[in-house]
Amino acid sequence: MSTGDQERTHETTESNRDDRNTGKRDADATFGGDYGGQYVPEALMPALQELEDAYERYVLENEDGFMDEFRERMREFGGRPTPLQRADRLSERYDREIYLKREDLLHGGAHKLNNALGQVLLAKYMGKERIIAETGAGQHGTATAMAAAHLDMPCEIYMGRTDINRQRPNVYRMRMNGAEVNPVTAGSGTLKEAINETMRDWATTVENTHYVIGSIVGPHPFPKLVRDFQSVIGEETRRQIQEQAGRLPDSVVACAGGGSNTMGTFHAFVPDEDVALYAVEAGGSSLQIDVEEGLAPNSATLSTGTDGVLHGAMTKLLQSEEGQIVESHSVSAGLDYAGVGPELAHLVDSDRVTPVNVDDDAALNGFHRLSNLEGIIPALESSHALGYLERTAGPDAETTSHDELGDLVVVNVSGRGDKDLETVLEETEKRDLEAAPDVEVFDG
Amino acid sequence: MSGDPAAADSEVEAAIRRNRPALITYITAGDPSLEDTKEYVEALDRGGSDLIELGLPFSEPIAEGSTIQAAINRALAAGTTPEGFFELVEDLETEAPLLVMTYYNMILQYERSEASRASGERAVNPRDEPDVRPFVERAADAGLSGIIVPDLPAEEADPLREACNDHGLDLVCIVAPTTEGERLERIMSQVSGFAYVQARLGTTGARANVSVATHDSLARLSKYDVPKAVGFGVSEGDHAAEIVEAGADGVIVGSALVDIIAEHGAGEENGDAPAADALEAKAAELKRGAVRGAESVTDDPEVTPEPEQP
Repeated sequence: MSTGDQERTHETTESNRDDRNTGKRDADATFGGDYGGQYVPEALMPALQELEDAYERYVLENEDGFMDEFRERMREFGGRPTPLQRADRLSERYDREIYLKREDLLHGGAHKLNNALGQVLLAKYMGKERIIAETGAGQHGTATAMAAAHLDMPCEIYMGRTDINRQRPNVYRMRMNGAEVNPVTAGSGTLKEAINETMRDWATTVENTHYVIGSIVGPHPFPKLVRDFQSVIGEETRRQIQEQAGRLPDSVVACAGGGSNTMGTFHAFVPDEDVALYAVEAGGSSLQIDVEEGLAPNSATLSTGTDGVLHGAMTKLLQSEEGQIVESHSVSAGLDYAGVGPELAHLVDSDRVTPVNVDDDAALNGFHRLSNLEGIIPALESSHALGYLERTAGPDAETTSHDELGDLVVVNVSGRGDKDLETVLEETEKRDLEAAPDVEVFDG
Repeated sequence: MSGDPAAADSEVEAAIRRNRPALITYITAGDPSLEDTKEYVEALDRGGSDLIELGLPFSEPIAEGSTIQAAINRALAAGTTPEGFFELVEDLETEAPLLVMTYYNMILQYERSEASRASGERAVNPRDEPDVRPFVERAADAGLSGIIVPDLPAEEADPLREACNDHGLDLVCIVAPTTEGERLERIMSQVSGFAYVQARLGTTGARANVSVATHDSLARLSKYDVPKAVGFGVSEGDHAAEIVEAGADGVIVGSALVDIIAEHGAGEENGDAPAADALEAKAAELKRGAVRGAESVTDDPEVTPEPEQP
């Protein structure tokens, strides 16, 4: 964390400490007005305040050398820093400088370890004895299981039944690392239900258990805590691009589901007003909500959502007019969530971050293009960011969008796509994708 | 808040003080249909409920155990809407005051839901900040006496509390086993109607015994002169007796009643009479238990409850 960042994070905390644990609202709990907050059952409030104290002491103030130990473990166990790589053939295709932040090279194959290791280590400093976490696609679950094994903490992961069935390899990875995987059968058996069930576990076991939430969502202080652990992505990127390209980029592009890789990449650039920030959401198959079925065939929360409260925070949501949360959908399980981090909702409303979205087809094309042109198989989540490059700067892009991204662009490759190969083959067979190889011959 | 029943301007508080020990019952509105709910509420009223909580279903009920989650799913599958809920409340003529139990998002979205229903399209700008007042106004108009919101701690409750005060509704505070120190003081100073004492950590759901935490909590709260009702896990007359004996002014029972509704299912022959009868009988058993607990306190004020087996 740069000195500037630490000062920024500290700005409001001191003055509001007096209100802590008194039942009054803590002004630090929200982003620019009402986004954020702590909409949780009463039983969890003392634990959130305990966590907030630990966050300030260990993360912001480096008490007992917590942040030093975190950084050292991220270096030695995680493999940080990850490279910022000039993508030669993409640069040629889009006629500008394209750099890729290679979070796919982090241990575990995605940016998720930054947060998981940070929180499991924090739980250890807090004297907690047990770790629980939710997972959707299994990436956060596997990162948490790895971190818990590494730091010798018992760990249970809640995962929707549907997700367990479609993400077997990740279930095996978690179990290999010694975690228990608890299937959640409620509702559609995906991420939203897994979060509900983890919160119920935490409401029961809060006295000795820490809940490692997987994105910049949930009640305060989780959105800030997760952002700070993830912000290493943007801090490295900001330093690397200046070393390698001699200046700050014109734009930074990252995919957004809950928003942890997005905010992790953007945070260091937020004060750099000349750097445009694009959060690419999953447009799925359509941007409309089917109210009758309670289903949105997308997860474009920042682009189309309305304000409401889900999983402890006021944020933008995919919901019916009556306030029921709808089932989201994306070809990428990691973006498939009806909410989004409250800080991103705030940065979108204040016009600092531009929300955009690409559909399943564009993401699949992005996947194939990077695999084919650069020899990097990206996660389907990250493929959305690559799909947006093509849409604004590719050969078929509208000329009006051509200058949008500028001459120097950074794209965060938040994870690698090994986990997605089966889905990609299946979905590619159904479609006529211009960037795809002939998948019919893959089995031959 | 005064200890004198005559001075209480809250219908909810008055109902508890007048009927002490009070029985507070909960069911989910729309499980399995709003018509059935009407029958069931009337049965609970006849059975001796002194307050009735009606759940307005929300798709993400993080404070509920599996029993009430399933009831909420049945109610949503049956198409239960906020407006249908309020029309049910308007239809009900019960002796017991009614409270709505729902999650905060349902309260926040009511204005948008109504605007859209009236105009047939999305009438509120998505960037407009949601407002809790339209819900509270409608709740007061429909004849509800109070609101309970399990995902709204004291820290976030100011806007809703102000709206409730303006419309004469009680916003019921929940006190958990983990609530202590300055937070406990503040919450107890804001008690409206009664303090909802959460008997144990975790979620709602019928349990086989009364928790140690119940006795601890009631002892901890005994110095506050506000009505205290205990919920989370209470399912039998004997539990009610033990809880009242330990110092509670009322008991809250939900999952045990929802279990009865679930067992009877929807669309049986002879309408809903069997489920309604069973609910009435269960309410009567619980009320008798509570009264028994109160009598043993009167008999021997020094009595202390048997410590629970671990």
